[in-house]
Amino acid sequence: MKARVHVTLKTGVLDPQGKAIAQALDHLGFSGVDDVRQGKFIEIELAGTDARKAHADVEAMCEKLLANTVIENYTIEIV
Amino acid sequence: MKAAVVVFPGINRERDMAKAVELVSGTKPVMVWHGMSELPKVDLVLVPGGFSYGDYLRCGAIAARSPIMRAIIDGAAKGLNVIGICNGFQILTEARLLPGVLMRNKDLNFVCRDVHLKVENAATRFTARYSAGQTIRVPVAHGEGNYFADAETLKRIEGEGQVVFRYADAQGNASQDANFNGSLNNIAGVVNVAGNVLGMMPHPENLVTALQGGTDGRGLFESILERAA
Repeated sequence: MKARVHVTLKTGVLDPQGKAIAQALDHLGFSGVDDVRQGKFIEIELAGTDARKAHADVEAMCEKLLANTVIENYTIEIV
Repeated sequence: MKAAVVVFPGINRERDMAKAVELVSGTKPVMVWHGMSELPKVDLVLVPGGFSYGDYLRCGAIAARSPIMRAIIDGAAKGLNVIGICNGFQILTEARLLPGVLMRNKDLNFVCRDVHLKVENAATRFTARYSAGQTIRVPVAHGEGNYFADAETLKRIEGEGQVVFRYADAQGNASQDANFNGSLNNIAGVVNVAGNVLGMMPHPENLVTALQGGTDGRGLFESILERAA
């Protein structure tokens, strides 16, 4: 089983890296880019077969390490 | 007061920190490896700057979950004095010993130069040798020192006097021009509610003797090290 975790900045938290990417896209001639937000994608290989337990485990991982919930949100997908 | 300096892989300011402690107190601090699960008997723990674990995941995130940090978190709850400088500050926020988080500098630049700080609160055990409103000159060297906290937390720490240092100009004005990294309210250093944990981005340990070009950082080490344990 695999867990796919997306960690993204909360709304309202400034993302200077996203801004720099938006600017570079503009320099490359990509018009119509209103905003860019950069986040992280983390893939975790899990040993068990119980998807519900896996989700709970990964949620604890997010709360304790993978995300800083002061500034970041996370979403979990078990596949 | 007996002191220990914590060493994580990727840290590079531990010697500067140890030297500052020795110059001010006359006693070398104990160096403590991150893998240890117990602290030696000390009254003060210093978490130095650098790039612990290569800044992987988030600055300070991995170090904050190391075995020695569990001992430091337990100790801090019982009144142990803790100072985190630069990466050390990031580690203490990641460990939730201090409020807020340090984000990328607003212009994405790594800034390495002397800056001025306004001593906002001189009534802490770390700043007693300074006077409130005093301007000091201290170097910074970081790419992620942009202090952020949600509106409610910010209001609370401002109200409780937890903001200890602010970036300022040479005259002590905490202006936007002096706020090179984009920190909310020019915040450069904070203490916890109990007042026994301090975190700051600038490096007072690099200005403790005339040989380093100034002694404005010395007051911080004198304040805490010469306090009765």
